[in-house]
Amino acid sequence: MAIKERMSGNEAVSYAIRQINPDVMPAFPITPSTEIPQMVSTYIANGEIETEFIPVESEHSSMSAAIGAEAAGARSLTATSSAGLALMWEELLLAASNRLPIVLALVNRTLSGPININCDHSDSMGARDTGWIQIYAENNQEAYDNFIQAYPIAEHTSVHLPVMICQDGFITSHAVENIELMEDSLVKKFVGIYNPEEFLLNPDKPISVGPYSISNYAMEAKKNQEIALENSKAVILEVAKKFKKISGREYGLFEEYRTKDADYIMLIMGSAAGTAKQAVDEMRARGKKVGVLKLRVFRPFPAEEIANALKGCKVVAIMDRCESYNGNGGPLGSEVTSALFCNKIMIDTVNYIYGLAGRDFTVDETKTVFGELEDMVVNGRVPEQYKYIGLRK
Amino acid sequence: MNNGIEIRWHGRGGQGAKTAALLLADVAFKTGRSVQGFPEYGPERMGAPITAYNRISDGKIRVHSNIYTPDYVVVVDETLLSSVDVTAGLKRNGAIIINTPKSREEIAEKLKEYSGRIYTVDARKISEETLGKNFPNSPMLAAIVAVSGVMDRKTFISEMKASYQHKFAKKPEVIDGNMKALEMAYDIVWSAMEDDKMSLSA
Repeated sequence: MAIKERMSGNEAVSYAIRQINPDVMPAFPITPSTEIPQMVSTYIANGEIETEFIPVESEHSSMSAAIGAEAAGARSLTATSSAGLALMWEELLLAASNRLPIVLALVNRTLSGPININCDHSDSMGARDTGWIQIYAENNQEAYDNFIQAYPIAEHTSVHLPVMICQDGFITSHAVENIELMEDSLVKKFVGIYNPEEFLLNPDKPISVGPYSISNYAMEAKKNQEIALENSKAVILEVAKKFKKISGREYGLFEEYRTKDADYIMLIMGSAAGTAKQAVDEMRARGKKVGVLKLRVFRPFPAEEIANALKGCKVVAIMDRCESYNGNGGPLGSEVTSALFCNKIMIDTVNYIYGLAGRDFTVDETKTVFGELEDMVVNGRVPEQYKYIGLRK
Repeated sequence: MNNGIEIRWHGRGGQGAKTAALLLADVAFKTGRSVQGFPEYGPERMGAPITAYNRISDGKIRVHSNIYTPDYVVVVDETLLSSVDVTAGLKRNGAIIINTPKSREEIAEKLKEYSGRIYTVDARKISEETLGKNFPNSPMLAAIVAVSGVMDRKTFISEMKASYQHKFAKKPEVIDGNMKALEMAYDIVWSAMEDDKMSLSA
């Protein structure tokens, strides 16, 4: 029986953590993710869970402590945002390369400067090549559901990689919305008990973690890590399938919303996808063939699947809530166009940068984007490949 | 959004506009609606203008943007009228509710651009009478419930009582005062609405 509740995205993730009752949580506070360690430490203080909470002096330390705990054989997690994730940078790579299935609750916030506390994806996008699996949520429900699926993905024997569960700072983290929760027992059973195959505190099978590797072998270790990331795609889908059985809610690598016969598709991640779906419904009611592809899993990047999903449309708007400063667009813009090219799907694309540092993204702006795509096709204009939407005039 | 209403709150940091928006989401949720309650965060400090929002609907709410064409606006601090365009985008058939000791006519003078309904509530006076302190958000919450009709008085009062009993479990002495503040504000606005109906039908 689903439990109908209302809570914010941060409450939802904290609730999932309570239900999972992980072993160790080191954390250092940073807006807008601070509520997560705060709420979890309340659960611990109330005796509701046995998680060991480690207050640390920085995010570099929180990820270091999570790495140590996970290597020792403890199911570990932390939460952070923005500069906190940036400070973890070195450790993020260690977590992934040491194949430690840590889960990180990331509440997306921009990076300085200017100093700003609001949402964009520049923190997680900056960590996109650290070897972590990255899963994004549209709303509090998805943040909750994704978090519950995180450990079964991370700890799977063919994966052994850390997972970042991302949600949009303030937009979902601090917004109270309806949510369907699952019973504690159901969540516990789904996530299961952590039985690491190899861990430091196992006297019967001594191992070393994080040793030096000479060039004769280091490249193979890196390739093995890459194979694990490739493996995770099938595991993410398998876990989603099992999750559907207990929740009724369906998840994939991405969601295709009214795209089947669409001439114009907007590819977007996170909370703005809901806003875009609303615009699609309103435009469909006026006979416009538009749709939304909401990317859920950014790492591993489902290149071939995305290319196939887009092949029937005329133009794609690729929406980046992050600037790459490469002079050509954002990270999704680069990766989606590369996916289309490599799969020989030669359709036009426009890479829009939107919503930086908390700039709002609206239903009307979605319609403007679709209008611009249509104008290109109908009036034969050469598409602009890279532009901003929502800038002050 | 199906049958949805959108509400925008204007207040100053520390007055509880955000809390009131979250409480409204809470109480509307209990009547089985889909809800959203969220603040717009700027530089957070006491006294700075802040905005909070509510969406309440019978259908699923998917939009995650701020609200630009609200059905209702609540102004928790009257001094904002001179610095914030509180009626921006407000629907003509909607209404604005303002915490002020002034009359509707006096407020209408200040909101010349706006031709829709105006309601005034002296939330400070109500709060000081019932709670002995200035917590304007409870009276303003009752006022928006009355004006928007998101639920009837009986449901609202009983849900709020349950909510306060939970929230103030450790200081039950403030529950009665808060309930009184809600009832007073609700009734003041309700009778203003009744007067409007009378003058319309006359």
